[in-house]
Amino acid sequence: MIGPAGLTRITGRAWVFSQDYINTDALMPRSGYDLPPKEQDALVLSSVRPGWASQVRAGDLLIAGRNFGTGSSRPAVTLLTRLGIAGLVCESVAEIFFRNCVSYAMPVLECPGCLAMTTEGDTVSLNLEAGTYANVTTGESRSGPRMPAMLRDTIAAGGAYAQLRAEGYM
Amino acid sequence: MAMTMAQKVLAAHSGEKSVVPGQLVVTDVDLVVMADSVFHQTADRLPVDLKKVAHPGRVVVLLDHAVPAPTVRTALAHKRAREHADRLGFRWLADVGRGGIEHQLIIEHALALPGQLVACNDSHTSSAGVLNCAARGLGMADIVQLVCTGKTWYKVSPAVKFTLTGALPFGSYAKDIFLHLAQTYGSQEGHDVEVDGPGLASLSLDARATLATMCTELNANFVMFPADQLIRDYLAGRADRPFEPVQADPDAEYDAVYEVDLSQVRPSVARPDAMNRNVAPITTVAGERVRIDQAFVGSCANGKLSDFEVAAGVVRGRKVADHVRFLVTPASQAVYLEALKAGYIQTLIEAGAIVTNSTCGACSGGHMGVLAPGEVCITSSTRNYKGRMGSADARIYMGSSATVAASAIEGYIADPAPYLEAMERSA
Repeated sequence: MIGPAGLTRITGRAWVFSQDYINTDALMPRSGYDLPPKEQDALVLSSVRPGWASQVRAGDLLIAGRNFGTGSSRPAVTLLTRLGIAGLVCESVAEIFFRNCVSYAMPVLECPGCLAMTTEGDTVSLNLEAGTYANVTTGESRSGPRMPAMLRDTIAAGGAYAQLRAEGYM
Repeated sequence: MAMTMAQKVLAAHSGEKSVVPGQLVVTDVDLVVMADSVFHQTADRLPVDLKKVAHPGRVVVLLDHAVPAPTVRTALAHKRAREHADRLGFRWLADVGRGGIEHQLIIEHALALPGQLVACNDSHTSSAGVLNCAARGLGMADIVQLVCTGKTWYKVSPAVKFTLTGALPFGSYAKDIFLHLAQTYGSQEGHDVEVDGPGLASLSLDARATLATMCTELNANFVMFPADQLIRDYLAGRADRPFEPVQADPDAEYDAVYEVDLSQVRPSVARPDAMNRNVAPITTVAGERVRIDQAFVGSCANGKLSDFEVAAGVVRGRKVADHVRFLVTPASQAVYLEALKAGYIQTLIEAGAIVTNSTCGACSGGHMGVLAPGEVCITSSTRNYKGRMGSADARIYMGSSATVAASAIEGYIADPAPYLEAMERSA
């Protein structure tokens, strides 16, 4: 349970993946499915940037390009969560991946122009309630489309499974 | 407000008179498909254990991602799926040996019908749009939520339309249409796709389904075809309930309408790691002498009887190159049986191919044909992303099943034209 207040200021260090169309085979390779969590984690985006996963610290944000998370519907976002990524800001997000962000409780904002205003290592901040992204280091900020309240509520509740458990379905 | 096909289906299932792009709607869904992957337990998450579901009669479980189970983890997922289907009274569970790849089964068994809204936890669900239903992939958690509550949500998309004219020339296939679209128009992200036009009549159900499946790789959301005579004839005697086909309003708005002359489509190949804007004519790639280690015909896109027919036709009386593994995977048990009766499987095996059981298998790099580092594969399956079929250091080219079979024979990516012409002469 994150609580709505926890979604207004998600602030951390920025990782920048500027390539467009980073897909879920890169985020969550099939070859890692049956590995122990630590070994599976090491494969996250390893084909794009080898060694990246081990450098992530809890609370970091990922800033990415267009149609991030395209491809398979696999729950790749859960691996980003496990690595410690606290929020995702992208030029645009692939539709199934966006749904997975909501249902697995990853704060996410589509914010055209986010790449141009971010240098890796900057301190950045995502306000999911307002739909805004700020670069704390430079003082620049931008807005994206505000996530509908129903979807924000799912994230605040800790995701779809948490909601289903609370409602007695699971 | 005029609406596209998918917008009409969303309006009808959300109780809205009309919907507009960008609107969030909460809907009922007519058919919910779960693959075995839903029931997997991961190291740090509990397995799905559902206590109650809203409409068990709308839920099917189609085991396909890894069948028969290659690992204990998968075997447990299958066991858990069976237990849920029994206990909760789902409409159907297609078990090992009695089913196949879910998108093929939806069409074979007419599980989805025109005008319906269909959801499944697999990205290639748009395949079912060939039956004039609005179908697309959702995430696993979305699907579980939908199964439990009977509801899900969609953001209404704008659409683009491909209007097909003419007919494919000899030697070009539905996969080549997709490759043509991927090269010419690129990603359609954020959009639904509608396919219509006089050229559609020249495409078989298999060909349409290949194209519908592959539109997922244009990053499309819903992909919808009209319920024309071919679809109505196909559903006559198969549909187990009445249905209402959906048509776009004559004045529906599209962000783009592309006229696609099928007679201009040539056999092509996507180069490794991406499909959109990454396609070259087979004549070009064949000239590059790309040596292959594996050739694969299969998947929801191209494991159909027509793929077996062309692959067997190309290899008949020939041998797969010594250094090549040629894997052929039927999209369903029914395809397997038909291919067997038609003699295609014998022909393939005599040429040195291996014919596997029906499974997603090599397409998703799960089992039965995983690639080693440095290997090169040509496939007619759904994706050529880096790491998709095994090692991230393998390279995956994509072409039609004819191109794959010709390449298997030569050991290098090859133009199927001479083989197809020989096939035609001997027919």
